[in-house]
Formats: sequence, C-alpha cells, structure tokens
Amino acid sequence: MNLWITISIGFKEIWAHKFRSLLTMLGIILGVSSLVAMSALVKGMENGMREALIAIGGLEKVRVEAQEVPAYQEHLADQAVGCTINDVYALQHSAPLVKLITPEIDLYRTTVSRQGKYFNPFVVAGTWPSAVEMNQHVVQYGRMFNDIDDSNARSVCVIGTATRDALFGAPDDIGHEIIPLGDRININGQLFTIIGMFKHYESEQARLERELEKNQPAGTSKGSARSRGHGHSSGGFVFWLKNATIYIPLNTMWIKFRTATGTNNIPDPRLSSLTFKIADINRMDTALQQAHNVLMHTHNQIEDFAFRTMENWSENITAAIKNARLSGGIIAAISLVVGGIGIMNIMFASITERIREIGLRKAIGATTFSIFIQILVESVVIAVIGGLAGLLNSYGLVKLLTALSPTNNAPQITFVAMLVAFAFSAGVGVVAGLLPALKAARLDPIEALRYE
Amino acid sequence: MALVELRNISKIYYVGDEEIRALDDITLDIQSGEFISIIGPSGSGKSTLMHILGCLDSPTKGTIQLDGTLLHNASPAQLAAFRNRKIGFVFQFFNLLPKLNVLQNIELPMVYSSVPARERKERALNALKMVGMDNRAKHRPLQLSGGQQQRAAIARALVNNPRIVFADEPTGNLDSRTGEAILDLFLQLSREGRTIVLVTHDPEIAAVTPRRIEIRDGKIAKTLDPKLAGLETK
Repeated sequence: MNLWITISIGFKEIWAHKFRSLLTMLGIILGVSSLVAMSALVKGMENGMREALIAIGGLEKVRVEAQEVPAYQEHLADQAVGCTINDVYALQHSAPLVKLITPEIDLYRTTVSRQGKYFNPFVVAGTWPSAVEMNQHVVQYGRMFNDIDDSNARSVCVIGTATRDALFGAPDDIGHEIIPLGDRININGQLFTIIGMFKHYESEQARLERELEKNQPAGTSKGSARSRGHGHSSGGFVFWLKNATIYIPLNTMWIKFRTATGTNNIPDPRLSSLTFKIADINRMDTALQQAHNVLMHTHNQIEDFAFRTMENWSENITAAIKNARLSGGIIAAISLVVGGIGIMNIMFASITERIREIGLRKAIGATTFSIFIQILVESVVIAVIGGLAGLLNSYGLVKLLTALSPTNNAPQITFVAMLVAFAFSAGVGVVAGLLPALKAARLDPIEALRYE
Repeated sequence: MALVELRNISKIYYVGDEEIRALDDITLDIQSGEFISIIGPSGSGKSTLMHILGCLDSPTKGTIQLDGTLLHNASPAQLAAFRNRKIGFVFQFFNLLPKLNVLQNIELPMVYSSVPARERKERALNALKMVGMDNRAKHRPLQLSGGQQQRAAIARALVNNPRIVFADEPTGNLDSRTGEAILDLFLQLSREGRTIVLVTHDPEIAAVTPRRIEIRDGKIAKTLDPKLAGLETK
C-alpha cells in the first residue's frame, strides 16, 4: 500500500468533512499558536534583558564600592583609607585576572545649566578615558577626553543625548539634531567645554517605535503634548540613565569639585567607586578573590569595600524567564493535549461512520496493517494541517498579544519554537490516532460488512 | 485438480453453552470455469459457506484448498492477500465508496496490491468496458442507478483478474428487469471462462446457473449437477 495514496485518502476524508475537521483542528491550531506565541514573548523578554545587560556593560563587570567597616574591625575605622587611585594601580599591577579598571568620582545633586536651561542629572562622573570601553559607550560626535586632558585637568566634558536634549532641545521637539561640540555648559557653576557626544542608546523596540512615529504625518498627535517621563519601564530606565551621562576627567573632578568642598585644602582622595572587568567570566570567583587580596593589602587589611556583580541580577532574570517559559509551555501543552483528545474523538466517530467501508476494504484485500496506517495517517494529517495553520496563526496571535499588552520587548518568533510546536502537533496526531486506528484495524470484515 | 476443494468443513459457534453448527461437515469441489449457485433460506448457512470460500472466515474443522494452496492456519495478512488477488466479491448493497468516483472505486483492489497508477487506470477502464460502463468512469456512485452501481461493483470484483468471483445476492437490491440484466452479465462472464459463485435465496435466480447447491441447516441438502443429471455432455 502506497503511502502517498494513504495520505491522499486522508486529505479526501478531511475535505469531505470540512467543517468538522476545522473544528477538530482548532484545538491543535490554538495549541501550536499559543506555544509559538508564548515562546516568542519569552524570547522578546530575553532579548530585552540581554540588551539591557549589554547596555550596562555585561556580566564580567564588577564594581568595587565603599562599605562600612565590618563590626569586628570597628576599632580600626579611623585607619580605613577607602578606595583610592592607589587601588587602581595596585590592581593593574597585581591582579592578572583583572582586565580593565576605571576609577570614578561621582558628583550627585548637581545642576547643569546653559543659557537659562537647567538639567539635574543623576550623576556627573569624573573618570578615565577607559570609561568608554567599560560602559560600552560609543562616541558618535567629537571625541572622548584623553589622558592628557586628564593629567592637565582640563575643563572638558563628554555628554549623552539626554543631557543634550535637556540643555539644547531634543531633535523631536525642534525638528533637527543639535550637535553641541564646542559649546559650554555650567556644572555646579564651573564652565565645561563639550568635546564629545555619545550616540543615542535605546532598545531595539524603542528604535522601531521611534522610526514608525517619524514616518507618521505631522499633526496627528492627539490632545496636548505631554511628557511621558523618563523611561517607561525598568529596561527603558537603563537606557535613559545611559543617555543622561556626563563624563569629565577624573583629575578635573578631583581638583574642581573636591578641593572646593573639602574642609581642609587637601582634596579628598577617595573614589566613589572603581569598576573593573575580569578577563574570563568562568573564573569570576578566582578573579574576585585575587582582587580582594590585592585590595585588602592597599586597605590596611580593613575590609571597607564590597564587590557588586551583575550575577544576582542576571540570575533573577534567568529564573524569571525560565518560569515564564515553563508555565507558558505547560499551558500550551495542555491545549495541545486537549486538541489531541478532540482528534481522537473525531477519529472514533469517523470510523464508526465508516465501518462498512472498512469491511469492504478488508474484503477486497486491505490488511489489518494498511487499515491501521490509513486511520493513523488521517489523524496525523488533521494534526499536521492544524499545526501548519497554527504556525501561520501564531503571527496573528503575537500581534494580538502585543496590541493587548504592549511591552518594551518585541516578541520574536523563533524557528526552533516553530519546529518544536510543529513536531509536537504531529506527535499528538500520532498518539491520538493510535486507539481509533487499532479499533478500525481489528474490525472483523464480515461483521463490518453487515453493519447498518 | 479442482479450483476449490472443501473437505469436511464445519463452522461451529457457541452461544453460551449452546452449540450452533452453522456448517456441518460440508465437502464440495468447484472446478475452474464453473457457474454455481448456492441457494438456501436465510439462516441456512449459505453466507457462512461463502465467507469461508471467500477467505473472510476460517472453518472450525476441515480443510480448504484454494487454487492449489492449503488455507490452513493462514495468517490474516495471507488471507488478505488471497482475497486481494484470487477472489472478487459482489455484494447485495454494492458497497461502493461514495466519496470516490467509479474509476477510483474500481482501482481500489489494485491499490492494495501496489499496482502502479498508470496500469491501475488502464485496467480499471478495461474492467469498466467489460461491464459496459466505460462512459460513467467519472461519476460518483450515488449519481448512478442501482444496476449501474452493481455493474461498477462487478468491474471492481474483476479488475484484479481473480480466480473466482463470489456474488452475494447481487440482484437482491434491484428491480427484476435490472436484476435480469445483471444475471445476463454474469452469464456472459461465465461464457468468457470466469468461475462464478452466486449466493441467493431465490430459486428462480439459481435456475440460471448450470450447477446448483442447496444448503439447509448447514448441510448440503440437494445438488443439481449438470454432469450427473446428464444435461451436459462434456
């Protein structure tokens, strides 16, 4: 018995009962499309998280922060030195697993102003040129300050687009992009020359939305203009924060802002933080131990510092994604199983309708096996057509879900998800067809031919 | 050697403790080219006999030899192959598949013997020509009259060139004129050398065939053998 003929018999059978087959397929269609849509949503989440993770500098980034002297060293508190530039040099020379080190002195609650416009960034950072590499910045216009700017403590700064938007106007509002190289701004009353500007950072989704809006004809906005605030979600906040960057050289920061605020005229040598990257993510623990040993040395054996890694953050996200995938997968699998039960039901009904046909087929020479295969193929054909329709439908479902609850992370339908869902639907077809096929194959031809 | 040799065939059913002998010790030979009718009232066992002859059922006791092969302890798959290649069936209710057209219905036995598609079509058309239905190939069974449906069913029975054709009340569902035409067709096929076994309860129909076997209570009650009766000289 030729397989193609069997399959074409299956198709004919389905075509003969179009409506019934469609209803039966619906379960599979919904199961497959929800499986694909679910995995697309999770994939979108994953992508968003990965983008955010890359934007803040990746997993191998470790931040050393000042910490209160631990209780058992309380009596030594007045000898604690804090993080200083010495730590940076010590790590550079003595910790081979530490790759890149960037010190930072942060200035909070600053006011940046220019010609009557004000901006209060979260932080103004005095740092080294290596901050660009450390924080994955891209200088789109001008340049980053260099070591000479730093050692001469020049009054220069490099800004992000959010800073530019606040002080010079955003391209969306004024219609053209201002590149403020050479302009001067006040940071807490000190004049700084802008020598570079970073590119505009945004998630893939935000970029697409922005481009879509750009293509809309002007004047279609509804109602009065209003600000949507900074960052509509945690992912967006990461990007906004990065865009609101203001970098000045470390020495400039030290001399201009630390001397002025110190109670004596020796500038406070402590760094707000120092950030380093480790050479090999798989040797995180070893690298941290190495850095710890070096820093204990420079800190007079007083543990007034702590490491902050992105591991916890990333673990939480991974767990959340895994949970979403598992629960979504279970729900989709249940609906596929329900679809399979529907197929089994309809196959039982179908063979009961065709008992005489099965009897005849046996009388003219069909073997038990070929009847079994015929019914099984019909079941699989229903499931496979349902699966294919479900794959097509999943695009619509993803659109619907996005429309109902917009997220920052565009769902992404993956080929693997489609393959898995399709294979699953075919498997459901086989399993659902087994019992009806067995029942049909076992029919006695004489009884079946007499069946009314 | 006879085409079919039945030796001491019994078919016994048990309903509870009660033993029902549907066939009781039947011995029968059918020669190649014969046109036989098996007659008997309903419940006489004639259908059971036909099922055993047609490899749809196996006897409780006794041996059956078909075309030189002893069908003893044959597997269901072997029986299916026998039905497919050596036996053709014609039923009272035609049993054409309503979703297939006439040609596809006739191709069906060849589908199960893996005949290539082109040859299938050719042979199906030949079989249709044999029963005078070649202008109805693309019709659905339900678009045909009863007589035409039965002709199509006969074509299906002949298409695999079987050694023997069984017809179970082939005129039972037809009006008398159409029934006569179908019987004429069987006679014509018989003249062409086919072996045909006609199962009926109607003595008038049985009268068409040269040899008649009457079954009563599972036994052969009467036979009319043209040779024994001296009606035929060969």
